[in-house]
Amino acid sequence: MNYSIIALIPLLPLATFILLGLFGRKYFQTSGGIIATVALLASAIISLYVTYHYFFIDGKVNGTYRHITALNYTWLEFSPGISIDMGILIDPISMMMIVVVTFISLMVHIFSLGYMKGEDRFSTYFAFLSLFTFSMLGLVLSTNIFQLYIFWELVGLSSFLLIGYYFYKPSAVAASKKAFIVTRFADLGFLIGILMLGFHAQTLDISTLIQNLTNHQSPQFIGITTASFLGVSLLTWGLSLVFIGGAGKSAMFPLHIWLPDAMEGPTPVSALIHAATMVVAGVYLIARLFPVYALSAPQVLEIIMSVGAVSALIAAIIACTQTDIKRVLAYSTMSQIGYMMLALGVSKYGGEDGLGYIGSMFHLFTHAFFKSLLFLGAGAVIHFIHSNEMKDMGGLRKLMPLTHITFLIACLAIAGIPPFAGFFSKEEILLAAFRANKFIYGIALFTAGLTSFYMFRLYFSIFWNKPSTENKTGHHGEGTWSMKIPLVVLAVCSLLAGLVPFANYITSDGAVLNATNNIMFSIVPVAVSLGGILLSAYLYKKENDKPVRAAALFGTFYKAAHKKFYIDEMYLFVTQRILFNLIARPAAWVDKNIVDGFMNLTATTTGKVSESIKAMQSGRLQSYAIYFFGGVIAMAALFIYWWK
Amino acid sequence: MFLSSLIIAPLITCVIILFCRGLKQVRIISLAGAIVQMILAFIFLIQYWKERSSGNTSAMLFESDHTWFAALNIHYHIGIDGISLAMILLTAFVVIAGVLVSWTMEKLSKEFFFLLLFLSVGAYGFFISLDLFTLFFFLEVAVIPKFLLIGIWGSGKKEYSAMKLALMLMGGSALVFVGLAGLYFNTANGNGAHTFDLLQIAQMHIPANVQKIFFPFAFVGFGIFTALFPFHTWVPDGHSSAPTAASMFLAGISMKLGGYGCLRVATFLMPDAAHAYAPVIILLATIAIIYGAFATMMQTDLKYINAYSSVSHCGFVLLGIGMLTRTSINGAVLQMVSHGLMTALFFAAIGMIYSRTHTRLVAQLGGLLKVTPFISTVFVIAGLCSLGLPGLSGFVAEMTVFMGSWQNPDKLYRLATILACASIVVTAVYILRAAGKTVMGPLSNAYDKLTDATWNEKIAAGLLIVAIVIIGVAPFLLYDLVKPGTELIMNKILILK
Repeated sequence: MNYSIIALIPLLPLATFILLGLFGRKYFQTSGGIIATVALLASAIISLYVTYHYFFIDGKVNGTYRHITALNYTWLEFSPGISIDMGILIDPISMMMIVVVTFISLMVHIFSLGYMKGEDRFSTYFAFLSLFTFSMLGLVLSTNIFQLYIFWELVGLSSFLLIGYYFYKPSAVAASKKAFIVTRFADLGFLIGILMLGFHAQTLDISTLIQNLTNHQSPQFIGITTASFLGVSLLTWGLSLVFIGGAGKSAMFPLHIWLPDAMEGPTPVSALIHAATMVVAGVYLIARLFPVYALSAPQVLEIIMSVGAVSALIAAIIACTQTDIKRVLAYSTMSQIGYMMLALGVSKYGGEDGLGYIGSMFHLFTHAFFKSLLFLGAGAVIHFIHSNEMKDMGGLRKLMPLTHITFLIACLAIAGIPPFAGFFSKEEILLAAFRANKFIYGIALFTAGLTSFYMFRLYFSIFWNKPSTENKTGHHGEGTWSMKIPLVVLAVCSLLAGLVPFANYITSDGAVLNATNNIMFSIVPVAVSLGGILLSAYLYKKENDKPVRAAALFGTFYKAAHKKFYIDEMYLFVTQRILFNLIARPAAWVDKNIVDGFMNLTATTTGKVSESIKAMQSGRLQSYAIYFFGGVIAMAALFIYWWK
Repeated sequence: MFLSSLIIAPLITCVIILFCRGLKQVRIISLAGAIVQMILAFIFLIQYWKERSSGNTSAMLFESDHTWFAALNIHYHIGIDGISLAMILLTAFVVIAGVLVSWTMEKLSKEFFFLLLFLSVGAYGFFISLDLFTLFFFLEVAVIPKFLLIGIWGSGKKEYSAMKLALMLMGGSALVFVGLAGLYFNTANGNGAHTFDLLQIAQMHIPANVQKIFFPFAFVGFGIFTALFPFHTWVPDGHSSAPTAASMFLAGISMKLGGYGCLRVATFLMPDAAHAYAPVIILLATIAIIYGAFATMMQTDLKYINAYSSVSHCGFVLLGIGMLTRTSINGAVLQMVSHGLMTALFFAAIGMIYSRTHTRLVAQLGGLLKVTPFISTVFVIAGLCSLGLPGLSGFVAEMTVFMGSWQNPDKLYRLATILACASIVVTAVYILRAAGKTVMGPLSNAYDKLTDATWNEKIAAGLLIVAIVIIGVAPFLLYDLVKPGTELIMNKILILK
């Protein structure tokens, strides 16, 4: 089939953005939401159709999924061969991503119709959502690494705009700035990485770049591995720098500090951008360049593995101590993305060795459903309670029965209890880690236990804990139909998404793999997860003082975790004390006093000198006569002196 | 094509303004004049494409040559290539926007609009000149009106700023003149006569040691116009004291005269010296980029923020020139155009805010998005362009400079490139600080009755935004325009390697 129809998938939300952005406030103040939703519904249908076509009809050649470049336009040609192209790349992961992005975005659009109803800037909100969806689709479909960077920045912009949606709240402004600046800092790494890789691979086209840098005989590969800086080859540098960009976007330790604050945005936005799609862009980036990492620079994969493991663990520990439900979910997201990174890090290229890659993509897929469901469920709760704090909640299961059931399904899914979606993807990651590195496996297993503990802590605190108030007043907590539908749909997905035989479609080398589930291996992880659930049921199911005593048991460690290990404070120290006080302030001072001072000094000196000698131009004939004769005498004296 | 019409049209407008009465007549005539300029610029653009697509590969198009002062072999020689055309288009956009934002200039309106349009005479003349003397002449024409515009219609310590700006730019001109005279006296052609003709000099080979003497004069002289460190200190004071339209002209057009001169005169005519001095240029440019960005972080006045950020952004122009690769020079030209549009938009937005709130201090502003959504959006778009957001012109220009700079394989130059890249993070910091405090955050009670932009302000901002977005979304349009021009310069430079 002609895949250029794919261009419509991102272009429809772009059209919505332009329409609502320019005329939304005037003409579409209330209808803007419907317009955006309908456009996105069309996008979602097209992407499902195209994906079906790719996976089941003509994507596979001799048992391997092929890469198709559906469109490619030269956008900016720097020099022959090195150009920024705008195009559409079709391969298993980009197909999976467009389904995830359009589907989750559609759910969030529908949910927002109810959640954001009556907002002052209702149509603007949908314009921003459309901008985000467009950018994210452009990102996943990129054929060119610079195209990817362009859309990478644009998703950052839409994230900024949506976090700062409540622009009159100082905390939202601060959070949006923080998110943009921290990711921008990481993107600097990405940019320099692109400059290095692009220059040496002599192309910016992703497919050609992968070809040039995985072929160990190619002149490009030899060039980039022999060039080195500080004893490390430029290939390693370039790939590590690209990973920094990915780590920033995906909120990996220590660049994660923006993600919890990003929860200042409207909750549906958190579900879409900061849970399901944008934050996994970093994972997607590594997966996109995975052949280069696995075949040419496995040492960088070790870094990725370690960063992923550390992030997963730290985030899970912090999540156990937070009381704002959205922040718990934010740390949970960070922890789960750590899992995905870790899985990529332990993976190798091709066949059964690529299990980590499969697990990572699988987890990205299932996580999108259950995490966006968790956020939307939390949104429904916040919509009802008007607070984010756990202490204001409790006993909501009777008031919000639908939210309760769907939230429970999502919790079971993220905890990895069979047969929910998270179980299947997590098992693959754990198995891959077990085969590659027992220590990392241990961390991952421990994190899995923590995950089910803090998720059920959240669940019990919202829906149990306090005595459940009966629905006496007839006032019930569920939102409108538009808020209920997405919850149900996503709950069904969280139940069933794990049954997709993922290895049949997405593998590190595109070749179909028939992976078998190892039942015996699953026993330990499932037991650990159940343990976590039981522990949190013991502590949080009824209102009591056990949690306080448990916290006291950990003493300072609990306090440190509660304060997020003081990482924000460290950043503040570096930015305030060093960047502001030691660099920016002196720079401004030097400019005003030294550089400009010198210019002014030149001017005033000139002025003073002329001031002091201007008296000579007095206009008095007598003075001039004296100067004249004085000069003649002096010259005569000199003349006589030399002549002698 | 009658290229001189670019100079004659604004001159005629100036003369008509002298016979007008009252603000209403003056501004209508000025706007009409600005529209004529815009139409002319687009006619030349279309003609240019026609000529090029019909296979005309000569370096300059629409040339005409008249002897002006035979004794010194001074000619009125004009002609344009893609680079000049890009600058002409930029000028036309900024002029029309500048006239529109000054729509309610009550004070001495006749003189004000006269000077604005007279300034554009200088700019157009400068960009089309192919004779170094005429080029210098128009450079001077463009300086004097600025002094008066700031001194009379300015705000704050305007006398000081006006004097400072005029003196430093005059100093720059003096240096330029030494450089040009030095070239002139070393251009002995067959019959012993000297020439100011740019294309003829480009054909000759000026001895390398002579180039090395006169290159610094010309480059630093032009560099002062484009905020070369450490001669940039007129920029913050000058911009912040100037009235809105003058700030727009100053940053949007005037600073580009310098960049254009550095490229067209200094680098193109003295390529040996450009090679020899490249490390110095790159060093100064890198300092300007980083140091300007950090100095911006500490500013509290919106105009100072934009002025210091201009120092940093013009550093990219000089960096691109200093790196001497095809891509980096293209990037420098793109950055000139992009910065001209972006900074004009920024100053326009600041002017709109100032005229309503009567303050430019970031600390006193807040939450304007609620009451003035249009102005605030303009402000944010200008800021996003400044921090290099894709889809707007700044990104394209900066990335071209970075890509081009990286092609220069020298390790130290690459370090400079990395530092320059790092400045985009600092830029994000100061832009978001300013935007976060000014247009976002809680609205102060003092401002809850502000009115949003008027029609003239909307058109002015709209025009600039359209230009910025077109370059950002379809950069190949501008890129293809300037490429033949930079090829000409680079061919001369790369022969040396």
